[in-house]
Amino acid sequence: MIPEIGHYALVLALLLAVAQSVMPLVGAARRDVAWMETGRMAAFAQLAAITISFAALMQAHVVSDFSVLNVVNNSHSLKPMLYKVAGVWGNHEGSMLLWVFMLALFGAAVAGFGRNIPPTLKARVLGVQGLIGVGFLLFILVTSNPFARVYPAPFDGNDLNPLLQDPGLAFHPPFLYLGYVGFSVAFSFAVGALIEGRVDPAWGRWVRPWTLVAWTSLTMGIAMGSWWAYYELGWGGWWMWDPVENASLLPWLAGTALLHSAIVVEKRDALKTWTILLAILTFSLSLLGTFLVRSGVLTSVHAFAVDPQRGVAVLGLLILATGGGLLLFALRAHALKIGGLFAPLSREGALVLNNLLLSVSAAVVLIGTLMPLLLDAFGHKISVGAPYYNFITPFLTIPLILVMALGPFMPWKRADLPGVLSRMWVVALLTLLSVMLALWLAGVKPVMALVGIAMAAWAGFGAVWEVAERVKLFRVPLADSLSRARGLPLGAWGTAVAHAGMGIAIAGMVGTTFWLAEDVRVMKLGDKASIAGYELGLDKVEDLNIANYRTEMGHFNVSRDGRQIATLTAERRWYPVAKMQTTEAAIHTTFYSDLYIVLGEENPGGGGWVVRLYHHPLVPWIWIGSLVMVLGGCLSLSDRRLRVGVPSRRAAPVAPALQPAE
Amino acid sequence: MSAVTRHRLLLLLPLAVFLILGGYFALGLTRDPSILPSMLIDKPAPVFALPGLSEGEKGLSNADLTGKVQLINVFASWCAPCRVEHPLLMRLANEQGVTIHAINYKDKPDAAKAFLAQMGNPYTSIGADKDGRVAIDFGVYGVPETYVIDRQGRVRYRHVGPLMPFDVDEKILPMIRELSK
Repeated sequence: MIPEIGHYALVLALLLAVAQSVMPLVGAARRDVAWMETGRMAAFAQLAAITISFAALMQAHVVSDFSVLNVVNNSHSLKPMLYKVAGVWGNHEGSMLLWVFMLALFGAAVAGFGRNIPPTLKARVLGVQGLIGVGFLLFILVTSNPFARVYPAPFDGNDLNPLLQDPGLAFHPPFLYLGYVGFSVAFSFAVGALIEGRVDPAWGRWVRPWTLVAWTSLTMGIAMGSWWAYYELGWGGWWMWDPVENASLLPWLAGTALLHSAIVVEKRDALKTWTILLAILTFSLSLLGTFLVRSGVLTSVHAFAVDPQRGVAVLGLLILATGGGLLLFALRAHALKIGGLFAPLSREGALVLNNLLLSVSAAVVLIGTLMPLLLDAFGHKISVGAPYYNFITPFLTIPLILVMALGPFMPWKRADLPGVLSRMWVVALLTLLSVMLALWLAGVKPVMALVGIAMAAWAGFGAVWEVAERVKLFRVPLADSLSRARGLPLGAWGTAVAHAGMGIAIAGMVGTTFWLAEDVRVMKLGDKASIAGYELGLDKVEDLNIANYRTEMGHFNVSRDGRQIATLTAERRWYPVAKMQTTEAAIHTTFYSDLYIVLGEENPGGGGWVVRLYHHPLVPWIWIGSLVMVLGGCLSLSDRRLRVGVPSRRAAPVAPALQPAE
Repeated sequence: MSAVTRHRLLLLLPLAVFLILGGYFALGLTRDPSILPSMLIDKPAPVFALPGLSEGEKGLSNADLTGKVQLINVFASWCAPCRVEHPLLMRLANEQGVTIHAINYKDKPDAAKAFLAQMGNPYTSIGADKDGRVAIDFGVYGVPETYVIDRQGRVRYRHVGPLMPFDVDEKILPMIRELSK
């Protein structure tokens, strides 16, 4: 009964989405307030309906209702409760339901919070949001109904893919989807503005918090996914340039560009056409990611459930949304007025360069990801892997990081480079010291590692010093600096914190890429091994039956300089229902590095186990840095300037010279 | 062409690029890479001779491919799915006694050796395909790929992507047994 209610609520949500799209769009065109208002109500009602539907599916998973096909295929009565809940979105149908749930959440949020947005623009945004909802709800109902029943109901389920049975599953997809789907609001704002035929600084200010929410969530989601891959998959990598990983990086790159270009729209009334295009493209790249993951056009480690039939449907949605958005762009973008002018050497200039580099990076990743597909159409067979990305990454990231630290020091409109550089001498000095420290600790080779550390330090110290400069640290009494710091807008803090986070993350990436130490050996009980100054002993290996898997658990003791510092357990698990094996690495983490142990197969010849040992210098910084970036996003988001918004739209645009610089 | 028309044509560009891309996607959907049959199925493996990972080491050529049923696995140290399937190859070689040859695709020999030292070496012989030319002859779509070669040195089956336990149990092993009769 409950699954039927969920199914019914989903159909109801589709009808409400139709109402949410048609009525406000027509209402906005006819300036009919009642019709426009219907959009808001429909958005709330749609959220309620999808919530009921989502709750119904969750109930089926939690009580292991094996008369529901989705539960049979993805669950097992012995599965731990956390994964019964998380398993709701650990499969295609459920994850699509989560997708529309998030979409409705954002729709309702725009309806509820966007009080200062002019009614026609708001109605159009809600309408476009509703249209996207119609597409995806139809997709779910027609091709991937999560509530389909089976008769007769089997006694037990097929279990969830063991790689997904990890706390990471509970949090990684929701954050990722919050990011993907969040960009739909930026898309809707762009399309709404194109229909209205105007983009002004106020538009930039309205669209920015939504982009920021999406960007922050996506950053969190990607970081969690990478962390999950790092500790769960057991090969000790944190990024593999897998097509599906790239699919999440693409909207992140475009979204980061959008975040920055929207600032230029808001502050300087410039870059409008470009920002609109970016908003459309960012969401399109999110959709593209969905398409790549669901359709199976590319082979990937993530291709858990692919189905070409669904691929066709998602491709249809992608073409309608992106094609529609870009068509509207082609027809209407010329109506947007060209805004404020600026010299190439200015903060706007730096932001343009940032946009250029980020867009090129996105293009490079897109080409790398799609290359097998594109060339296959010509009958060529080629694949692009890590070598391609490793070759090209430095050329794009080094200038990006250089500009990232410089930009905030530059004033709007016109800057003088010598002046800016002279304000950054402290940053240059600290960067030099960091490189010398790295040189002392790790030696001159590989040289790229030193370049990488220089980049990280430049970005990190640059962000810190920018705040220090603003509060006139050491130039006025400390109390004055503190009161200046309190007076700084949260948005400025957000920028500095996020940029510093990027620097920290880069240090982590550089450290683990260039200074990794690894060792493979056969260890018998009582054997000792050493790596990077740690001594390890294998104490015990035991076989256990736990929940829905069997495990071989190796106990290691770790000591350093003769003192025991930790005992670690590394596991090799066998999931009999899913017929799959997973490894659970043992990780001993300090702030500066990770010791990472994987228990391998039993040695077929002379007893003992194959054990792999890794020492990852600085690797925790990747995720610490990502969290700092997320914190920066949250700080920016709580800036009251974003909530208060712009008091009212003026009929005539204000001359740029009269606008406040900050 | 006036500046205004040029500007408006420029605005059309994103749509045009996207539509071309969309066409490719539609085309891509008609082919499923994981069951994409090789053009070589039931034909002799292409003629090739690859050097070993380092000088003096034995490489891989057609001459190695006749006599018994065996597998060719295309791998690279930089490829993530290869690591996923590697324990399975180890088991195939050690427990089932299957002969597995390798084409090491666009890799640095040192990196490949480190990979094998780390994960174990299930391969009877390894050919280093540094520029990927032999892989092109085989029609390699992406790494990893696995080919079943029969006693006459003909390609009988092609698997794209990482091998999973059920691929081995349900396809590869039955096929090897069938061909070995």
